[in-house]
Amino acid sequence: MPEDRSRPVVGLFVTCLADMFRPEVAFASVKLLELAGFSVEVPRSQTCCGQPAFNSGDRADSAAIARQTIAAFDGYAAVVGPSGSCIGMLHHYPELFSEEDPWYARAQELKSRAFEITDFLSRHLELDKLQSRFQGKVTYHDSCSGLRELGIKQQPRELLAQLPGVELCEMEEAETCCGFGGTFCVKYPDISNRMVGNKVGNIRNSGAQTLLGGDLGCLLNMAGKLKREGVTIEARHVVEVLADMADIPAIAEAARN
Amino acid sequence: MARLPEFDALRDQARDLKNHILEHLDLYLEVFERNVTANGGTVHWCRTAEDARRTILEICQQKEAKTVTKGKSMVSEEIALNDYLEANGVRPVETDLGEYILQLRHDHPSHIVAPAIHLTLEDVSEAFHQAHQRPKTSDPAALMREAREMLRKQFVAADVGITGANFLIAETGSTIICTNEGNGDLTQTLPKTHIVVSSIEKVVPTLEDMTLFLRLLARSATGQEFTVYNTLSSGPRRPGDQDGPEDYHVVLVDNGRSDMIASEMREMLRCIRCSACMNHCPVYGAVGGHSYGWVYPGPMGSVLTPQMVGLDKAGLLPNASTFCGKCEEVCPVRIPLPKLMRHWREREFEQHLSPASVRGGLGVWAFFAKRPALYRLLTASGSRVLRLLGGKRGRLAKLPLAGGWTDHRDLPTPSGTTFMQQWQAQQKREHRS
Repeated sequence: MPEDRSRPVVGLFVTCLADMFRPEVAFASVKLLELAGFSVEVPRSQTCCGQPAFNSGDRADSAAIARQTIAAFDGYAAVVGPSGSCIGMLHHYPELFSEEDPWYARAQELKSRAFEITDFLSRHLELDKLQSRFQGKVTYHDSCSGLRELGIKQQPRELLAQLPGVELCEMEEAETCCGFGGTFCVKYPDISNRMVGNKVGNIRNSGAQTLLGGDLGCLLNMAGKLKREGVTIEARHVVEVLADMADIPAIAEAARN
Repeated sequence: MARLPEFDALRDQARDLKNHILEHLDLYLEVFERNVTANGGTVHWCRTAEDARRTILEICQQKEAKTVTKGKSMVSEEIALNDYLEANGVRPVETDLGEYILQLRHDHPSHIVAPAIHLTLEDVSEAFHQAHQRPKTSDPAALMREAREMLRKQFVAADVGITGANFLIAETGSTIICTNEGNGDLTQTLPKTHIVVSSIEKVVPTLEDMTLFLRLLARSATGQEFTVYNTLSSGPRRPGDQDGPEDYHVVLVDNGRSDMIASEMREMLRCIRCSACMNHCPVYGAVGGHSYGWVYPGPMGSVLTPQMVGLDKAGLLPNASTFCGKCEEVCPVRIPLPKLMRHWREREFEQHLSPASVRGGLGVWAFFAKRPALYRLLTASGSRVLRLLGGKRGRLAKLPLAGGWTDHRDLPTPSGTTFMQQWQAQQKREHRS
């Protein structure tokens, strides 16, 4: 496809979990960004946002990964990713450099144009362009980093409200952590289990058939727990529904033959 | 919170005022001392917990005190005062109902505002039955009456009353305690000697400044508009006063706080001990206060405890957080608790205190994350292995070395080859056509 020069170019921050566990989330993001009038490129020198190192106290590796990510996304009109947590990490990058370091200004500049996908779409997408065949009751889990670091709360709900087949059934404590927390869930499995157990209870009580969220870490955690408890509620990233791609098997669901 | 629309503005004001105080802490503490002295009281400066314990014991011994009543004070827990007094022949009697119950049970607080929140009615009923030798009752009002009756005698018998302080007011040399039971008033007005034990960061410049914090404290601690008893004490009884102690002492405890001022932990000293962070913390909710292993539980404890007992002993605490950020969201003085916990993790990493398995795993992961081409090979093969293991089920119930995950939940397996692989293939196809 020849590059459409008239469209601003967005760099997709794929996120390591979408890359490895659920590529459809990245494809859905591309589809939605194009619908919003952008060209999408995927810089090959991106890996992970560096959050595992940052939250483990390893500043040297965090800064090295930050420099790599900043360089990879140089020049794009915006950097957009399907995760509040990873984009939130991009917003932490300035903390990794002293103010005299030239990378500090570059980190600030990257921060100013790094957006979580539903936030970006709610700013740029003409809402009536959204079309999805999805039918059903959904409930939405507000992932912590997106909610508290980036203010993602109404954005996904506004977008979902455009879809006539979607009925939103809010769960109790939608803003309470699901217990994923990156390496927390394997370092403190019993505490994490208690938290995700509480979350699954609230999801079940919501009456929804589908759990939606904006962060794959949390979704893998909650989907894994739903499956373990034999609950039939499906888990999906919100972009799958918004991009009309919810015909693929849900997270942790067997491939359909 | 809907009834306090100016909450966020008050928080900003409180944060800024606390920062100003910490900037000039020495100045305000000196003014405070001057005014306490002018009022006829004595200020004792104690660098360590040991200094503070000894100072308090010495005052008690000078007064030949056998019994001391105590208002609720987390600083006294911090310096482990009760055990020390008891070992030296002075009997401390807790007068806050929660603390009283705990003392009967030889238990410790699990919460800084509601210390006995981990106990059931049955636990309390049994403890009272054992200690008071009265018929057992499970009626909360009857239990309350029983406690009141028992404590009355102690209030009258006490030689010394020890209270904490929620704030120290520099301009008047006063200290204030906020309670909902009124026990603090009796503790500090009936005995001949009143000892206030407090930490240095609790000083505020003026009475007006104090009122700002009183509003935030009550709202954040219990949801009240104002705590029921806000009792100021400004020194010993003056000629003509109807009551009050003959001697008035303020024991100011540093215990690591001066070091914090000069460190990246400084913001923690804004804390007013309201407990909002633990009340809202999902980890605290899951494990309870005793799991934190020391005096201060919840997110504020996870920041304070390593400072006070050592990172080598308390390093797990700042790690046991998902960084969900709820604590920072509710903190009335806007302490960035997750950031401070992360600072501890950084020190732990620098000092090689984190477990070898964690450091090793992180090192391998970072090696690849810094090399995009190798990283893509790793994710592609990792994805392949997981898909092979998961087969058509789309998830794994067990995976070697991943028990932390799979003991409690299934592991979803990748839905296809990696996005980077698929995207590159798609770009090539489009390029060709």
